[in-house]
Amino acid sequence: MSHDDDSFRGYDHRLMGRLMGYLTPYRAQVAFAVLVVLADSVVGLAGPYLTKEAIDNGIRHHDGVHLHYVAILYLAMLGIGVGLGYLHSQVMQRVGQSIMLDLRLALFRHLQRLPVSFFDKNPIGRVMTRVTNDVDTLNELFTAGMVSAVGDVFTVIGVVIAMVHLNAELLAVAFSVLPLIVIVTLVFRARVRRSFRDIRTRLARLNAYLNENLTGINTIQLLNREERNAEGFRERNAGHRDANLQAVFYHALFFPSMELVGAVAVSLIVWYGGRQVMWTGITLGTLVAFLQYTQRFFRPIADLSEKYNTLQQAMASSERVFELLDTPVAAGLEGRAPVIAASGANGAPHIAPRAAPTDAPVAPPGETQGAARLPASKGRIEFDGVGFAYDGEHRVVEGVTFTIEPGERVALVGPTGSGKSTLINLLLRFYEPQQGEIRVDGVPLRDWDPYELRRRIGVVPQDVFLFSGSIAGNVGLGLEPGDASRERIVRAARDAHADEFIERLPGGYDAQVRERGATFSAGQRQLLSFARALARDAGILVLDEATSAVDTRTESLIQRGLNELLRSRTSLVIAHRLSTILDADRVVVLHHGRVRETGTHAELLALRGIYARLYELSCLSGSGRMTGRKPVRSAMLERDGGVPETQVVDTRMHMD
Amino acid sequence: MFALAQPQYLSRAVDDLYKGVTAAKLGQYAVILFLISLVGGTFKYFMRQTIIAISRHMEYDLRNELFEHLLTLPVSYFQRRTTGDLMSRATNDLAAVRMMLGPGFMYLVNTVVVAVLAIGFMLAISPRITLYAVLPLPLVSLTVWFFGDRIHRGFEGIQAQFSALSARVQENLAGVRVVRAFAIEESEIELFRALNVEYRDRNHRLIRASGLFHPVLTFFSGLAALLGLYLGGREVLAGRITLGQFVAFIVYLAMLNWPVYALGWVINLFQRGTASYARIVQLLDVAPEITSPAHPVTPGPARGEIEFRHVTFRYPGTTEPALRDVSFRVPAGSTAALVGHTGCGKSTVLSLLPRVFDPEPGTVFLDGVDVREFDLHELRRRIASATQDHVLFSETVAANIAYGAPDAGAAAIEQAAARARLDEEILRFPKGYETMVGERGITLSGGQRQRACIARALLLGSPVLLLDDCLSSVDTDTEEGILRGLREHGHGRTTLLVSHRVSTVRDADVILVLEDGALVERGRHDELIALGGRYARLVREQQLEEEIEAS
Repeated sequence: MSHDDDSFRGYDHRLMGRLMGYLTPYRAQVAFAVLVVLADSVVGLAGPYLTKEAIDNGIRHHDGVHLHYVAILYLAMLGIGVGLGYLHSQVMQRVGQSIMLDLRLALFRHLQRLPVSFFDKNPIGRVMTRVTNDVDTLNELFTAGMVSAVGDVFTVIGVVIAMVHLNAELLAVAFSVLPLIVIVTLVFRARVRRSFRDIRTRLARLNAYLNENLTGINTIQLLNREERNAEGFRERNAGHRDANLQAVFYHALFFPSMELVGAVAVSLIVWYGGRQVMWTGITLGTLVAFLQYTQRFFRPIADLSEKYNTLQQAMASSERVFELLDTPVAAGLEGRAPVIAASGANGAPHIAPRAAPTDAPVAPPGETQGAARLPASKGRIEFDGVGFAYDGEHRVVEGVTFTIEPGERVALVGPTGSGKSTLINLLLRFYEPQQGEIRVDGVPLRDWDPYELRRRIGVVPQDVFLFSGSIAGNVGLGLEPGDASRERIVRAARDAHADEFIERLPGGYDAQVRERGATFSAGQRQLLSFARALARDAGILVLDEATSAVDTRTESLIQRGLNELLRSRTSLVIAHRLSTILDADRVVVLHHGRVRETGTHAELLALRGIYARLYELSCLSGSGRMTGRKPVRSAMLERDGGVPETQVVDTRMHMD
Repeated sequence: MFALAQPQYLSRAVDDLYKGVTAAKLGQYAVILFLISLVGGTFKYFMRQTIIAISRHMEYDLRNELFEHLLTLPVSYFQRRTTGDLMSRATNDLAAVRMMLGPGFMYLVNTVVVAVLAIGFMLAISPRITLYAVLPLPLVSLTVWFFGDRIHRGFEGIQAQFSALSARVQENLAGVRVVRAFAIEESEIELFRALNVEYRDRNHRLIRASGLFHPVLTFFSGLAALLGLYLGGREVLAGRITLGQFVAFIVYLAMLNWPVYALGWVINLFQRGTASYARIVQLLDVAPEITSPAHPVTPGPARGEIEFRHVTFRYPGTTEPALRDVSFRVPAGSTAALVGHTGCGKSTVLSLLPRVFDPEPGTVFLDGVDVREFDLHELRRRIASATQDHVLFSETVAANIAYGAPDAGAAAIEQAAARARLDEEILRFPKGYETMVGERGITLSGGQRQRACIARALLLGSPVLLLDDCLSSVDTDTEEGILRGLREHGHGRTTLLVSHRVSTVRDADVILVLEDGALVERGRHDELIALGGRYARLVREQQLEEEIEAS
């Protein structure tokens, strides 16, 4: 993805064309807005002309009735101006907002279909910027930019025509200051922009320093650093202040300079126009109207130069947005949308124009592209010569072949980096293997509909990810609204032994998860994760056992919850606890990405191979440390007495 | 102010036009008009340069004051408040105050001066039409004030929704594997859509208000111009004023436009500014609870003798005591270890000594003096801590190690790093000791951070060393090396250490076992084993664990 800092980009016809595509659904509104803007410009231009009428034909000819009519006409114009101005802003802002909604949803929807590998390569912050800030920049273009620009251009042309009509010579005089304005504006704009960039950097530095000091306040006080850090802060603060003073200086110079240029124009008009009044009979009304038109001429010019900036930024933003939209979706999802084709409240289609993939009708799960449609899953899993490299080069797993029969429980054991998690990632089809294939119920993964496949697999990751929302919503994650009854959720929580702590929460099942569940203990999070998998009631269970130490009581709850979870399911468990390994029907030992041994705990010990060595090693180091992994904080000192035996057997054979 | 003379000359020029005037006279008028603008512009330049610049200086001072004040507040204060909230005080609230003092004040002055003079001149031309023509102008101020406030609040609501929207995207992307694994893309999109629709609706509501703002404003100022034109025109017709005066009148009226507009804005700025200022003052008024006594005692030489006498301590805002009647004495130069499970009060003991939290008077003593009688800086100079949170700063590795002793030389820094067993790794960093830590540099691992903090504490050379569970992410060999180094090169430092590992504490001169804030056992490793109490049970459990694993 392109960098975020080059926020300006030249005009690009291809990008603009694609952007304009988003306006298509709203072309009627846009056309209306353009008409309104044109009318508004005409009304705006009428003011000075009416003034001239009032002065020349009303006042100077002592025609009170005419003055009266002109005044009424003027008032009517004002009223119409209010109406048109309001209409214009309403229509365009609404269109802008609707386009933003369309674009954001298109982006978000696209993100839901991107392969997991995309998120390995692109930092979340950057992707977020596409959906949030970049779309906002485009909104600027749609609402404040294009249509107003039409109005501005029209106003400028209108003013010039009116002035030519009034007096072409005087126009030439007034325009003689134009180059001056351009020069002053250009010089200052370049400087002010640089100065603003400087201010932003310094403010960021100042705030970073402040933030760091607030976070590390304890350390600072203990080290008697208050004086020195106050000095450090003063320095950064002064840098920020001076950068601002620089900008103040530019502004102080710029605004009066512009007024001065304006004054030059007025002086010239008085001088030259006055002579004309004397000798060529130009009227006073014309002179006054002319002065007013001059003022109205410069404002849209300044606006237009502002809009050019908007356009440049929009170009840069749209390039990044489209680049994201053009990123190929995950395998198996080509040409299908993951969602019901819902349409917005205003009836506007939410499918991006020219973004062909999302246009495809939504197929019911399991019916697309010959995807297998199967009755209830028996849960037979076959790894057949599977090989995979994240970078396409360095194989993380190679030639992995083993089968899990329906209802069988298989423990996956191996040192850190042996490829255990990769196998799970491949089974869930987060990545596509480069070699061999994985079959579920005899059907190769590539023939499965990814959503259908994942619905059949319950997953308990090592560290549970809680979404903001209620506890109930988190337990019932991924259930169809019809299935997510409170009853089912409570039953799942009870079976996982999570009900006890949930009911103690203020609000119980409706308690809100805060800070991604940081307020829960590691043990509580695990129990929630079990409850989540139980509620899902999938035939296949994939579990990556957590390694975090928890208190005794929770530990025994987890043991019981785990047994409940694994009962009568086909399961693949990355095991860290000896008890889990002992309970498995079979242990598969993975080393350097290859299956090295298979069998029961006893068989493998008798084999005196890798498993036996792993086991021995974990026994020797009291803390259960292995393979360079950080020691589990020797659990004993953390616990109170009366540790049940199951827990003491807490052999963390490997933890990653 | 000078600009206000301009219409006077414009008026004379226009009148002269009809009485007959020479080209030279016209040129003179043009030059005068230009000169007036020049002088006026110069004044405006200086006005900005002074008023706005002064507001920047005041912002600078206020921000420094705020920062220095924050540094005096106790840790307990920061536990009650979020960093984000304090940051917002120091940025948004300060900005609002600065806007009030700078542009707010400037435009207020400008408005008052221009309004008084322009209306004065207009009154001189014709009191009657002035009255009518000026009538719509307060409406302009009112409009700006009314809409300005609503737009501001509407905008805040939109910002809040935008944050919610961003948070949603962030969560979805961070949890991408869970989203995929649970196939919840559909409901995620629905949630996102709902937030977006609300965002759009809030924008629509703002648009309804702001869309009226400018047209209404244009209408009111146009109305004033119209009234001037119409009424002024009738005065000319009636022969009460000259055409020149009429033109001058219209120009004065136009001049009032911006000031009355600014007035409404200024009112908003003052409303926001005073509210923000109140919040800042509130923060500045928070008394630093932990300070040096008015007359600190002059303590004797620093030896490092620690004593707790019947210490019972409750954290601010809690009722359950974190420590219950804890008494112990650590003679200068010896090592005491605190053990017990999480939440038993080990860290609390360590935080009372340097007054991170304040103990009751007459309960905690250093070198025979109540810690509350010490000068705060002197007290903390005698204590070197490596805390649990192992905070490092965005400085070089060397500056981080020397954070408590900024004048330390390179040799001392390297020695401290060596004692913390960090020296070899530092040499492998891209720029060695000059490598930046943090966002603009490298990220240290948990174990490296812990050892950097130990090095920082060791460099201080204080007689007391507090180590709060700061070896947990360090492997056992390295830990052993560090502890051995401390014993050998400790130079008779009193060491108070908290650990979860038996291997860390077994060689301490005294082991203090805490449970629920109470000191339940004390003694050497062998003594406590012989005692057969809680510590012995902990050790036995560990042995048992090893035996079962070995079976």
